[in-house]
Amino acid sequence: MSEIKLVYFAWVRERTGCAEETLTVPSTVRTIADLAQFLSTRDEGYAHAFEQPKLVRAAIDRTHVKPDALIEGAREIAFFPPMTGG
Amino acid sequence: MSARRTIRIQSEPFDSAKETATLSALGSDIGAVATFIGYCRSENGRLKALELEHYPGMAEDEIGRVADEALARWPLDALTIIHRFGVMVPGDGIVFVGTASSHRAASFAACDFLMDYLKTRAPFWKKEILADGRVGDWVEAKADDDAALERWKR
Repeated sequence: MSEIKLVYFAWVRERTGCAEETLTVPSTVRTIADLAQFLSTRDEGYAHAFEQPKLVRAAIDRTHVKPDALIEGAREIAFFPPMTGG
Repeated sequence: MSARRTIRIQSEPFDSAKETATLSALGSDIGAVATFIGYCRSENGRLKALELEHYPGMAEDEIGRVADEALARWPLDALTIIHRFGVMVPGDGIVFVGTASSHRAASFAACDFLMDYLKTRAPFWKKEILADGRVGDWVEAKADDDAALERWKR
């Protein structure tokens, strides 16, 4: 078990109903994809946010990562839609 | 001389003329300054405004990484990147990119590269506010923007 700060942006934030939280994650959750799957089982809002995993991007400690990235040692993990700045 | 790297993430408007003048005044060997300004637009009156959300901290970090990549690839003397967040109305500048070098090729290419990377990697998200004031949808990312990155792969 490890405690991680999670942050959400744009429609991921709206669907989860949460901008920021600290969560204890079971040790079986090893990758970003595992974490997204774990979160999607929490309630309807989280299920909606993560219903299309390919549309949700992630960052570990403010650096973009792929779904297979390991979350061990992460302090802050962010989930968000594809970016639309510029 | 080492290149001057200026990155600002802010809600306030920017003065593009002032930013350009700062780049051109850096030294007697600046021969070319390229600038790009991205504006909020109404889409034929459909939109009243855009609201830009960002990831504080990561926005600075990620734009910094993109800036470092540009500085490693082209002989630039300076670059300035300003990206705004918050509510913007049509005509407001959202992003400013300016690159300064001895010759135009590096300035043009680096400016183009920086915009392609900002579009797809800088953690900003646009939400539409419709002409009648109702909150609209989040703007969807374009496949074209991802395709544009392919040009810079090496």
